[in-house]
Amino acid sequence: MDVFGLTLPSYSWETVAGSMISGVFLGALYALVALGLTIVYGVLHIINFAHGALLMIFMYAVYFLWSAVGLDPYVSLIILIPGGFLAGYALQRGVIGRFSHGRDEITLLVTLGIAIIIENGALFAFSATERQVVVPYDFDGIDLGVTYAVWPEIAALAGSLVVTVAVWLFMTRTDTGRAIQAVAKERRGAELMGIDVDHIYGISFGIGAACVAAAACLLAPTYAVHPQFGYLFVLIAFTVVVLGGMGSFAGALVGGFIIGITEQIGRLYLGESLGLITISATFILILLLRPTGLFGQRQ
Amino acid sequence: MNTPTRLIGWTVAIAIAALLPFFIHSGRWLDFVELTLFVSLLGQAWNILGGYGGQYSFGHAVFFGTGAYIQAMLQFRYGLGPWAAAPFAIAFGALVGSFIGFLSFRYGLRGSYFALITLAFAEAFHVLARSLVSITEGGRGIQLTLNQDPAQALSTFQFTFAGPFLSHAGYYYTVLFLLVVACVLTWRMEAGRFGAQLLSVRENEDAAEALGVNAFQVKMQAICLSGAIAASAGVYYVQKFLFVDPGIAYGPGKSVEALVAPIIGGLGTVAGPVVGAFFLHGVGEGAKGVIAAAGTSAPGLDLILYGVMLVLVLAFLPRGIVGLFTNLLGRRGR
Amino acid sequence: MTQSLVKTTRRQLLAGAAATSGVLAAPGILRAQGAPVKLGVVHPVTGFLQFSGSQCRFGAETAIAEINAAGGIKSLGGAQIEAVLGDAQSKPEIGAAEVERFQDEGVHAIVGAFASGICLATTQAAAKHGIPHVVDVGVNDKIVTRGLENTFRFGPGFGVITKAGVQGLIDLNAAADNPVKTCVIVHENTTPFGSFMAGLMKEGLEPAGFEVLEILPHPTPNKDFRNIALKIKELNPDVVIPSHYYNEGVLFLRTLQRQRVSPKVIYSVLGGASSQYRFLGEFPEAAQGVFDCNHWIDPKNEAAQALRAKTEAAGKSFSYEVFLAYTATMFAADAIERAGSPDRAKITEAMAASTWDGHFMPYGPTAMDDGQNTGSQPLVTQIQGEEIEVVAPADFATKPAKFPFA
Repeated sequence: MDVFGLTLPSYSWETVAGSMISGVFLGALYALVALGLTIVYGVLHIINFAHGALLMIFMYAVYFLWSAVGLDPYVSLIILIPGGFLAGYALQRGVIGRFSHGRDEITLLVTLGIAIIIENGALFAFSATERQVVVPYDFDGIDLGVTYAVWPEIAALAGSLVVTVAVWLFMTRTDTGRAIQAVAKERRGAELMGIDVDHIYGISFGIGAACVAAAACLLAPTYAVHPQFGYLFVLIAFTVVVLGGMGSFAGALVGGFIIGITEQIGRLYLGESLGLITISATFILILLLRPTGLFGQRQ
Repeated sequence: MNTPTRLIGWTVAIAIAALLPFFIHSGRWLDFVELTLFVSLLGQAWNILGGYGGQYSFGHAVFFGTGAYIQAMLQFRYGLGPWAAAPFAIAFGALVGSFIGFLSFRYGLRGSYFALITLAFAEAFHVLARSLVSITEGGRGIQLTLNQDPAQALSTFQFTFAGPFLSHAGYYYTVLFLLVVACVLTWRMEAGRFGAQLLSVRENEDAAEALGVNAFQVKMQAICLSGAIAASAGVYYVQKFLFVDPGIAYGPGKSVEALVAPIIGGLGTVAGPVVGAFFLHGVGEGAKGVIAAAGTSAPGLDLILYGVMLVLVLAFLPRGIVGLFTNLLGRRGR
Repeated sequence: MTQSLVKTTRRQLLAGAAATSGVLAAPGILRAQGAPVKLGVVHPVTGFLQFSGSQCRFGAETAIAEINAAGGIKSLGGAQIEAVLGDAQSKPEIGAAEVERFQDEGVHAIVGAFASGICLATTQAAAKHGIPHVVDVGVNDKIVTRGLENTFRFGPGFGVITKAGVQGLIDLNAAADNPVKTCVIVHENTTPFGSFMAGLMKEGLEPAGFEVLEILPHPTPNKDFRNIALKIKELNPDVVIPSHYYNEGVLFLRTLQRQRVSPKVIYSVLGGASSQYRFLGEFPEAAQGVFDCNHWIDPKNEAAQALRAKTEAAGKSFSYEVFLAYTATMFAADAIERAGSPDRAKITEAMAASTWDGHFMPYGPTAMDDGQNTGSQPLVTQIQGEEIEVVAPADFATKPAKFPFA
């Protein structure tokens, strides 16, 4: 196959199908990480540079629960989700909201400062050594014929669906959820209606952080954590958020799968390195052609 | 401050900076000032587009990196001299600026959408620089031949082995010169019609258009100028370290450095990026000193302190350091 | 020219004499008593190279502590070595700035700085001030071939490593009656070592009758190796030749196992995880039988095993960064010992003329040529059971190779 003078390799359908399936599994991870980001962006309208650092620090929490107490990473979900929520709430109300003076560029730098503190705090406290949760079912799973799906991958896929649905239910079926949506749409109006906006901001950041904590539990069996771990997923999470539409939960999920599959197919044909261009290219094209994303509404 | 006062202030500052190598004999501290000026230069490039134009870029590394790569590639691959390569490198910075600007502004991207597209472009260039090995040498990086003959220091634009004085201060003057040019350009811009139009676009683009400002054109000019200045920082970098690879050129580090200094120093002010860079590097160096004095060598501790200082400054000086001073002088910042 | 050459030789003789006989040397040095020798130790201990940088720093600090505990630099009256630590923050310009600080603090020599890009900057800055600089890892051969007189590398560069890697594979194959022929090379393409290695491997393997089916580059960091595993499954090569950093090494080998891809031979060249005890401990199944041509210690040397025990007792992994930085530091200290003077030029001369053989690397006596230790070489290891065994070259082998493994 020739495209623009580049000779593309040809692969058997099994390889292509296997690559697409791997895109689905990878996309589930992207969706998980992006979900927290899209909530924070959709409600607070801030670009959270500390997102990757939070993911990393929650991964450490999972690791230490596993290594010190022997908790399976999936059992840790019970601790990590509420813990993540509280940490996020405190971070927003105690630091980001308080110090940002309501200005975007300050908020950005405050989250950057927090990222620097968390990252180097982790380096100082835990050293640069990579830490790996080793689960006994790491190599077991289901033979799909074209590829093998191991339990950690299947769990992450199921987890991303469950978490998205849970967040969606919360946002649409509870008073707090509806208040969040009101604040996201019309802050002033919500304030006039007597909604405590600072509290809602805290809750939104808390939910975002809880999603990141869930993502950490589901990523832990596959990836080793180290202080720089967050960078692995952060740019892609932004891409997924924009593709899905900033603030859209369904968008994060669908966007995650689209990016995952696009990336894997791109990498299959263009090579593992150049193939990553498909992510930036999708990002750029979406921003240019449909900046509201697939499910977003222009604010 | 009125214009004559500012003029005197700047002249004194530049004169002090120009004389510094005669008083600072320590390579460490001159290098410290030099690195700070380098970050100021990146910051000034960012400031023109972000501070004056209100277009926040998260990917200024794309201009820095392009300047660095063109400067390196023209010498490495096409045998051009460094002085001949530099104008091309700077022009390519402007060219990439016009390319990204054309796409983004034509499609009306603003605010965080613009920020994200610059981030995406920086990453795209990063991937391309790493993957197109036959053009960029990929992850091997491009390394330029080191000149050790002092007689050829000027012709090779390399000052590491350039006799006692130039090896001490050659690169310092290079980056000082570039920064002064960038500051003068910024100042002229600020005082002129273009600057006024750019500010009006920042404050309210629709209103500016209604008043007959061609917002697209103004923003294009700003991004080209910004790109060219950032690329000049890339030229300096390559001539000093004689090495560039995809991570150095297009990694997120330079993008972040470029935006932090002007925001801390004061957005949309000529002095902001310089003040911010000195403050940040001062804090960084101070943090190192404190940690060293505490008798520990644990990696990361000084950066934690740096991060805390960054957040605190933002909390208490939201208008930047320059804003604090202008407020003290009884004049509202912008 | 001639005169300086003669002088050099005489100085070396004196230094050599001083080094061999500490007792004789001691009285003459009393004037320098007490003044510590400062050694700049610069590594990227923060930023994206922080793991390797910290490992290196640990190696260097351990070496310094051991030298000091054993009585310091004897030719300088037992002067202690004082480490001046530097953090390059994974950026060349910060590495160079740290060298300027070292100059201010009056260091006598420098050891560092792990990554090739940073080493290029630090050796250049050190050369400006005439500070001798020992490169601990920095496998880019351009570091030592650009004519800097202060720059020395004790370990091998990628040129030597890939050559040894190719030869090792050819020899193992020949000894087993040529069971393998086709290969796929998987390499990281973000830093010099992986990028250079792939091309050199191909150039070396093809004339020897191997068929390189495909070269698959990937970035560092890399999240997913499923595609590469699928491609390998389809190409079905006899040998897979990976080259990358630790994290990617682990993920790659785990993915092969998760995907049930088992080539006859996995033969890494500078494989990130393929000769790492931590990987072996965490994923023994995925690690079994994997070969690696990499920096390695002389396995029969007791000092090497002592360092391994010490490293593991400190909760660290005994990786190539640790023992290369340790040895580079020991080399620098030995050169200061031989120079018998804290003078930088004399230390540089002593390094250039060093014949040090008190190390535990499989290099033989030191012989520097243009700053490169010509005896340095990697070894070929294979993970067998719970141990990483040396299988080639024969002089150092601890076990015969199981080739092919699968």
